[in-house]
Amino acid sequence: MKSITKLGAVSALSLIIGASAAFAENIKIAFIDPLSGPFASTGTNGLHQFEFAADYMVNEKGGLLDGQKMEIVAFDNKISPKESLIQLQVAIDQGIRYIAQGNSSGVANALTEAIDKHNKRNPDTRVLFLNYAAVDPALTNDKCNFWHFRFDANADIKMDALTDVIAKDESIKKVYLIGQDYSFGKAVAAAANDMLGKKRPDIEIVGDELHPIGKVKDFTPYARKIVSSGADAVITGNWGADMLGLGKAIIDNGFTGPIYTYYAAGSGITGAFGESGKGKIRLISQGGINPIATEEARATYEAFKVKYPEGNIDQSRIFNVIGMLAEAITEAGTATDVVAVASKLENMEYESMWGGKVFMRPQDHQLIQDMNVGVHTNENIDFDYDNSGFGVFTESTVKMASMDIPTTCEMKRP
Amino acid sequence: MDLILVNIIDGLVTGLLLFMLSAGLTLIFSMMGVLNFAHASFYMLGAYFAYQISIALGFWMGLLIAPLIVGVLGAGVERYGLRRVHQYGHVPELIFTFGLALLIEELVQFIWGKNQMPYSVPEVLDFTAFAISGNSIPAYKVFMIFTSVAIFIGLLYVLTKTRVGMIIQAALSYPRTVEALGHNVPLIFMGVFGVGTALAGVAGVIAGPVLGTFPGMAFVLGSIVFVTIVIGGLGSLWGALAASLLIGWITTFAKSYNIEMKSVLNGIGISTPDNLDESIFRDLWSITSPQIADILPYILMVLILIFRPAGLFGKRSS
Repeated sequence: MKSITKLGAVSALSLIIGASAAFAENIKIAFIDPLSGPFASTGTNGLHQFEFAADYMVNEKGGLLDGQKMEIVAFDNKISPKESLIQLQVAIDQGIRYIAQGNSSGVANALTEAIDKHNKRNPDTRVLFLNYAAVDPALTNDKCNFWHFRFDANADIKMDALTDVIAKDESIKKVYLIGQDYSFGKAVAAAANDMLGKKRPDIEIVGDELHPIGKVKDFTPYARKIVSSGADAVITGNWGADMLGLGKAIIDNGFTGPIYTYYAAGSGITGAFGESGKGKIRLISQGGINPIATEEARATYEAFKVKYPEGNIDQSRIFNVIGMLAEAITEAGTATDVVAVASKLENMEYESMWGGKVFMRPQDHQLIQDMNVGVHTNENIDFDYDNSGFGVFTESTVKMASMDIPTTCEMKRP
Repeated sequence: MDLILVNIIDGLVTGLLLFMLSAGLTLIFSMMGVLNFAHASFYMLGAYFAYQISIALGFWMGLLIAPLIVGVLGAGVERYGLRRVHQYGHVPELIFTFGLALLIEELVQFIWGKNQMPYSVPEVLDFTAFAISGNSIPAYKVFMIFTSVAIFIGLLYVLTKTRVGMIIQAALSYPRTVEALGHNVPLIFMGVFGVGTALAGVAGVIAGPVLGTFPGMAFVLGSIVFVTIVIGGLGSLWGALAASLLIGWITTFAKSYNIEMKSVLNGIGISTPDNLDESIFRDLWSITSPQIADILPYILMVLILIFRPAGLFGKRSS
């Protein structure tokens, strides 16, 4: 019995080795994000979009270079920086050269540092860091390095675009800032204070408040304060259950003005707001979904819906990551020499199917792109979220937002 | 002044909701000596079941049916789970309910996924009942208040005025004697457990649309329910009511007013240190009441345990 088990194990092992040898030609991207625990829905959603984008944009069109396929390898980091570093090592040991991550700037900070060190010490197995969603401004400023590329707009750029829109609205005289009590919530509040002060000194910040993250049962008392402060608009960087709870409480308790948010869409939030949030919830994001930016994007979204009927493309930048990486690899003529790929990636101008040109700034590796401010509504919606009939309709667009935003990055090139 | 009235109403809503959860828990505890860690999970199940039913049959059928299902589930858990574990003592019981809480959370994620559910207020109640200087009170909140008060009165009536209530109360203190008199005590236990979890289910049904229906909802409320019954006195219905309202009002008022620790300390005669940035107590001086609102009930619990270990209305002296 024992020998049979052994035999089975050996043959299974040799099969695995054989299989991996057969696929060694694949260009692998390690996806390191939470796939279990409280943030699993965000992580899994991102993974589906990555897998779909790789298949749809690259593999079904014949692959890259001499027919190499792109393959997404998922690693669960349980949103812990420590776990992420272990998974990074595993990925590198498997010969993977591209690391994609996005959820939590804490994880991104740990990864970018570790990758920088690894690449210095091991010039033969260098890797690139494709950051598709971590928006801490420090990643492309003080903590920048040659290996890190950010495809989402950072928190400052988003706030810059958001305050541009708010500044144009003469009816807004008083603004209330509220956010979660951690680094990102504080960064949003600081940016809002700074930029509103410059663009519209007449706007009064009537509240600037942080609440414990993930612990508030009932947001009603906060909503009361917001209503009684006489605020015309609310700005919040909240996400997940904190976003929905805050938004619902504010609307239910009689607030009628706009609520400007970073993350009030997808993952069930759009569906849960439904009719109550119509015309009130506003959202800063990249990528034009409604109206759909191009026919190519429409076809892509429809194909995605066939594969994932319950899913949303709520992070269309993931398609830019795959598209730009594919172009850089093709131009460099290699997928293993990541320095060559990175050199093609920086300074790249790319025509995004989600609207507009995007530009990877060489001085800090921050992608410069159009930013949209949209409204939560069920009118003129091409593609809704959560199959709810509601979606985000783009009201205004800031072209190539913050093209000239200063950076403290001193890029050291290899 | 207007805001005080609004806060009193908000605190009342929070408090009554908490009461519906803690009433069941405190009854179960006083009768069976079991601290049911899975109690808040039944609250979550109530919300999810009601959401599922409301899609097909509307909110009101959900309000009617979901607590029944939760109650039957609770009774089943007592009959086939707790009763078997009971013979091994209290620690296995605790571990059993703790495991059950984890199991229910995973099951909910497995069936409904990890996203927020679009479970919302019924259209009949989706309007503003009245407004106090710009602060609107949604009709749904008024409905929540009336439902919880009705349940409290009903519970009180059953427990104190009916024969069933008398037997339950007798079984609370002298289970052996009640059994000797020919009553089926295990059945009573099962009934109380079922009713207790059904109450949690009702709380879930009516709280789901306002506080959100998501897999973390049990975790968010779980610990505060225990604090409530400790403050109120284990086993006391009036105590559970008083403690729930107290906690509701304390947290609401603490969040609504930015009371700074600085002014409190100055008020009792301690002057602010000259260079606050270098003081080791800097964090203490810069605390505001919204920041500590959610830990105030825990501080209250510690104080109660020190000065009145039986709780506000508790009778136990051991």
